[in-house]
Amino acid sequence: MIKNKADLRQVVKDAEASVQSEGLRIMICAGTGCVSNGSLDVYAELLDQVSKLDLPISIELEGEKISDSNVTVKKSGCHGFCEKGPLVKFEPLGLLYTGVKVDDVQEIVEDTLQVGKLVNRLVYHSPTDQKEYPKEKDIPFYKTQQRIALANCGNIDPEDIDDYLGHGGYQSLEKVLFEMDAAQVCQEITDSGLRGRGGAGFPTGRKWEFARMADADQKYIIVNGDEGDPGAFMDRSVMEGDPHRVIEGVMIGAYATGASKGYIYVRAEYPLAVKRLQKAIADAEKAGLLGENILGSGFDFDLQVKEGAGAFVCGEETALIASIEGDRGMPRPKPPFPAQSGLWGKPTNINNVETLANIPIIIEKGSEWFNMIGQPNSTGTKTFAITGDIANTGLIEIPMGVTLREVIYEIGGGIKDGKEFKAVQMGGPSGGTLTSEHLDLKLDFDSLQEVGAMVGSGGMVVMDEDTCMVEVARFFLSFTQQESCGKCTPCRVGTRRMLDILERITAGEGQPGDVEKLTHLGEQIKKTSLCALGKTAPNPVLTTTQYFRDEYEAHIEDKKCPARQCEDLATSYKIDPEICIGCGLCKKECPVAAITGEIKQKHEIDPEICIACGACEKVCPVDAIS
Amino acid sequence: MKITINNQEYQAKSGQTVLEVARENEIKIPTLCYSEHLSITGACRLCIVEIENGQLVPACATPVSEGMKIETDSEEVYEARKTVIDLLLSDHPLTCMTCEANGDCKLQDLAYEYGLEESSYGIKEAPRFEIQQENPFIVFDPDKCIICGKCVRADQELQCSMAIDFSERGFKTKVAAAFDEGLGGDESSCVFCGLCVENCPTGALKYKPAIRKGRDYDLRKERTTCPYCGVGCQLELQIKDNEVVKVASIYDKDSPNPAGEACVKGRFAYDYINHPDRLRKPLIKKDGEFVEVSWEEALNYTAERLQEIKEKDGPQALAGLSSAKCTNEENYLMQKFMRAVIGTNSVDHCARLCHASTVAGLARAFGSGAMTNSIAETADSDLFFIIGSNPTENHPVIGSMMKRALAKGTKLIVADPREIELSSWADVNIHQQPGSDVALVNAMINVIINEGLHDKEFIKERTINFDLIASTIEDYTPETAEKISGVPAEEIRKAARLYAKADRAAIYFAMGITQHKTGTDNVLALANLAMVTGNVGKKGAGVNPLRGQNNVQGACDLGALPNVYPGYQKVEDPAMQEKFAEAWGIEPDTENGLTVVEIFNEAGKDIKGIYIMGENPVLSDPDQNHIKQALEDLEFLVVQDIFMTETAEYADVVLPAASFAEKSGTFTNTERRIQLVNPAVESPGEAKPDWQIISMLASKMGYAMDYAHPAEIMAEIASLTPIYGGVYHGRLREKTLQWPCPDRRHAGTKFLHEGEFARGKGKFHPVTYLPPAEKVDADYDYIMMTGRMLYHFHTGTMTRRSAAINAQEADAYVEINCKDAKRLGIKENDRVKVTSRRGEVETYARVGDRVQPGQMFMPFHYAESPANRLTNPVLDEKAKIPELKVTAVKLEKIS
Repeated sequence: MIKNKADLRQVVKDAEASVQSEGLRIMICAGTGCVSNGSLDVYAELLDQVSKLDLPISIELEGEKISDSNVTVKKSGCHGFCEKGPLVKFEPLGLLYTGVKVDDVQEIVEDTLQVGKLVNRLVYHSPTDQKEYPKEKDIPFYKTQQRIALANCGNIDPEDIDDYLGHGGYQSLEKVLFEMDAAQVCQEITDSGLRGRGGAGFPTGRKWEFARMADADQKYIIVNGDEGDPGAFMDRSVMEGDPHRVIEGVMIGAYATGASKGYIYVRAEYPLAVKRLQKAIADAEKAGLLGENILGSGFDFDLQVKEGAGAFVCGEETALIASIEGDRGMPRPKPPFPAQSGLWGKPTNINNVETLANIPIIIEKGSEWFNMIGQPNSTGTKTFAITGDIANTGLIEIPMGVTLREVIYEIGGGIKDGKEFKAVQMGGPSGGTLTSEHLDLKLDFDSLQEVGAMVGSGGMVVMDEDTCMVEVARFFLSFTQQESCGKCTPCRVGTRRMLDILERITAGEGQPGDVEKLTHLGEQIKKTSLCALGKTAPNPVLTTTQYFRDEYEAHIEDKKCPARQCEDLATSYKIDPEICIGCGLCKKECPVAAITGEIKQKHEIDPEICIACGACEKVCPVDAIS
Repeated sequence: MKITINNQEYQAKSGQTVLEVARENEIKIPTLCYSEHLSITGACRLCIVEIENGQLVPACATPVSEGMKIETDSEEVYEARKTVIDLLLSDHPLTCMTCEANGDCKLQDLAYEYGLEESSYGIKEAPRFEIQQENPFIVFDPDKCIICGKCVRADQELQCSMAIDFSERGFKTKVAAAFDEGLGGDESSCVFCGLCVENCPTGALKYKPAIRKGRDYDLRKERTTCPYCGVGCQLELQIKDNEVVKVASIYDKDSPNPAGEACVKGRFAYDYINHPDRLRKPLIKKDGEFVEVSWEEALNYTAERLQEIKEKDGPQALAGLSSAKCTNEENYLMQKFMRAVIGTNSVDHCARLCHASTVAGLARAFGSGAMTNSIAETADSDLFFIIGSNPTENHPVIGSMMKRALAKGTKLIVADPREIELSSWADVNIHQQPGSDVALVNAMINVIINEGLHDKEFIKERTINFDLIASTIEDYTPETAEKISGVPAEEIRKAARLYAKADRAAIYFAMGITQHKTGTDNVLALANLAMVTGNVGKKGAGVNPLRGQNNVQGACDLGALPNVYPGYQKVEDPAMQEKFAEAWGIEPDTENGLTVVEIFNEAGKDIKGIYIMGENPVLSDPDQNHIKQALEDLEFLVVQDIFMTETAEYADVVLPAASFAEKSGTFTNTERRIQLVNPAVESPGEAKPDWQIISMLASKMGYAMDYAHPAEIMAEIASLTPIYGGVYHGRLREKTLQWPCPDRRHAGTKFLHEGEFARGKGKFHPVTYLPPAEKVDADYDYIMMTGRMLYHFHTGTMTRRSAAINAQEADAYVEINCKDAKRLGIKENDRVKVTSRRGEVETYARVGDRVQPGQMFMPFHYAESPANRLTNPVLDEKAKIPELKVTAVKLEKIS
């Protein structure tokens, strides 16, 4: 039980010593992605085989000598490079094995741990430069990244409070409790320029200051872990991979705002995050880091996990509050803002998980340090979850201001299968669509907002040339329509009517004037909806109608889907006999043998058989097929 | 502060919303989801206005700020509103032709105003939902619902029955009851108060009995006072062709139901008014058969027979029963008739059976027998102590107001032998043995005094006789009380501490306290408890008897009691005798008359003839066989009523009376509020208002009563009754008044005994526990209580003639505990026989855990299974109220 500063010092000292003594640390990623790929079996197998090793070991690996070392096998949080999981990392070497299966374990133990030889097939092989990268930090995916919020993810055991303490954990809490008053903490965060990572980008320090100034007998702080955007999983990774950092962040927030009770609201679809947070809270309570009179400072704080029930809208703060209160998760009008009247009518401060994960390090290193990272008005780093038609999907953390091009082509390894980049959906289903003209756009709050997109949660869905943008808009809108809470008219009915129009356009029943109707209704919904869900729901439609209007027109006027994605618009291809030179390439390429014709004769496509896959069009050397 | 709306400056107060300021200044902003009685939800987005920088905000949810500039009619605003209406129309059936709401639909009005014949986003062709109407009261068509959520908020915030909420998400969002079973489903907690229907802006929610009976523009509307319980809800009767077809809400801050509340009875049990059973002509019994006669013949005959008995046996051989259902003016006339025309003080009414002990007890302790506080003060109390009262069923509007307060943190102690609905809301939930209340309350006082929680200053300044009770209660330790009441001593301590520590604690009680042999003592014990803690004479704190009938308070106030003239002026006080002798030009009877039960005990002996107005003692009074015999023993019985009641069957003359919907007058509700009753329809046949009948009969008997209108009677009341001194119909049309209201300038009194008790100093009365008259023995091994239930009222003459109510709740029943049922092999709805020392009744079993093992509960509404055939007529010595709550019975299954 840690009762005071001195106790904490001792515990930290012990934990650091224990980390030091671990020798060779083998970290098996136990994030949800790797776990579902079987990483826990790899962990068990490694643990078993390592236990049979003669210790200490002494090998030379990658030019570094490891002498008389113990071997520790640990589970870690998400490394981010989910595309290549399960991942196994060897510290302090920095060696990373990718795609590790149970069957590989024996070889790893025999070759790598006993002889010091790399298992080559497990080393990352870059498809772009064809090089091998045994060390994690050299892999292009990691090279431009700067991991602050994710610093511990992949490096410590999330289920071991001592591991966190041994890596500097809870020392920022100690610092604020004994060296700073609440106003100073708010000021430090304000000075850091930290803006909310949940989407809106409101300055965190100012938000804290509002809550701090509110006069009440009871205040609350809530961690918003209701990460609902499809494809976004940064909050999950932090909660799973470094839960104590979230706890430390929220405790500093509670101290700064005067809250004595906190909730971590996590969607129930994140069972691992819930489990790890609950364990972390229990461990922190047991250690005396949560509860009454923490470290003897007089600061009391209770924290509990509240599971959501699967509503996207509960990421909206007032809906989240309603949900904690036991009501249906529906947003409430603002004002009053939660800082004035939030949970059970009391002043409440709500921060996103990633925001809070930044807090301990800002306190530790200072606002000036944080200001040096990123952009002047968007300081620090931001995590992005990249998915879609991109080589390296996964979770990244980069300084604000890195360009879209760097993310897609350097970190992301470019578009899959050598295709052309077409667009990227930024900031989840209610974000906006960016195109190749935005490739040199800096990824920060203000730059994205200027072009109609947003940082949002940091979801980034990359789309290649074969993507139909009308279908993309329809897809995202169908998500927001389904997830609309149903309260306000514009969102409930308006998004449904926009979806009606999009559905008829993709079904080939679009009418002249539909685009104007969509944009008019979209603008009205943005202006008049109650909460941010409705206010942003039309974004994918508004940005795609702006940047890809010709695609809409092709659907509506020519009844054609240029990307040939919309099934109802799929018509068979035709060969123009005037142009055809009878080379036979198309016939060879056709997967369903719909093309007939002799060499040097005109070829023909049987419309009954043609599946409109477009393979023939691509190979035709004289563009006779359309 | 100053704000600018449409380039004009207005004054506004901090905390107001834009919508409130606009409406104050008659600037039109349309709304669909807004109601001043409900929380702000900001859902419909119709009240959008433009503020600086072109931002569109909802006026209902936007607070004003200094210098704010608002546009309510800009192009942007117009476009936004039009889009909202357009969108709503796109999902609304355009079936106005047959829609019940045609002419009374906010969406229709808006479509008209914005010129939208149909939506530009397409027409809703196929319904998306099924119409829900598996209950007798409310039809819900989700396709017409615009999800404004007013019904949900009315249900959750006002009625607090938590019966409906939203379900599903996105476009599929709908309003639904639990498990989608509809309002009438087994799991539904709907109590059919109708507030959801009242709040619905479209035709989505409608009253089932009113379907195709006429639309808003077809209906005539009349405000009146509800004829059921003592809450006195203001209601709007909606009439077509002399038929009341619907009961809508009245929204009046100055009423007991300011947000338009009602209960299922007030809302739906109106069809008795036009029921074919209504009496249309006077009847005289000739050779054992009733024969229709003219008014002239009936009145002459009645006058003759009354005169004959009066001359033969003296005025004291006649008695009158007045009516808690009739108006103040009629009750005044009835007692005046008995005292002035006949010359006897033997006039009483059913208050004898409900709150006689309250009047006796509270008058002794405080000097006034009425509810000390106003209904609206439920919002001001820190604690309710509800004992022997079941507000959510018997005073449902007060019950829901209590729930509202409880939801906001008011503490609650419930003491009731049964598990009532509010028991589950209670901080301390007590089930005392029937008839053990004095022991329980004394023990609470014991704890309070012993723990020093009593209000020494209040006791010293405001009361007398504290020492007497301080010594009496020494014997009532919680442990002693536990032995008597069965309530664990620790629970008694908890209740005592909770009550004593509340700043404003309000006691609410009803028949569970009063209908006992020790009824007056029970009430005195409660008065002691309130005084010991200083919880009386201030807002939200007091002792509140909930009155059961619409005008039982008024009937008492106007002297339909054998010991007092109007305004509780004692008949044995020579000064009063002189006052009324002079006013009425009579020789007064100088002694107290007989009470209800005494009148029937004397029937055929000292009492030869009875004049009954609007009462049904055959069902309402204890020991039915005894009452029937008494009626048969009379020489002459005249019954004046709206139906041929079980009592009227015994009459020699039956006079057809007008119902509340057919006459003018006033009712006084449980909080002493005097409210107008207005005629809405014509009486059937030759039925006449009771005041006219009494006047005609008096005139026939040679005593002139020439009143052109009840307003004239009220003027006479005001001149003779100090507490009603300032009450005139003219004033009541402007504002309801709560007595005491001594003169025309007096605004009425919200709560009693502020600064000084009506009797000067509050008086403690030591009371000791006496067991109930009947005990269980080997033959009669259960204790039966009687009472009312939500859907039916009193002797059922009205509610059992309501088709909708009867469809919901048709049959009589007895509640028994599941353990007893198991032992006796009785299942839900089995026929059972309940037998007491006075008679037996067959009824259906309702098995559950509302009553404790060894106890039973039987509502007394049912003529075919009359609970009062079983009850014990033993009386409370002081108040002459019978012990209806404790009857020893046996229970058998009928095979």
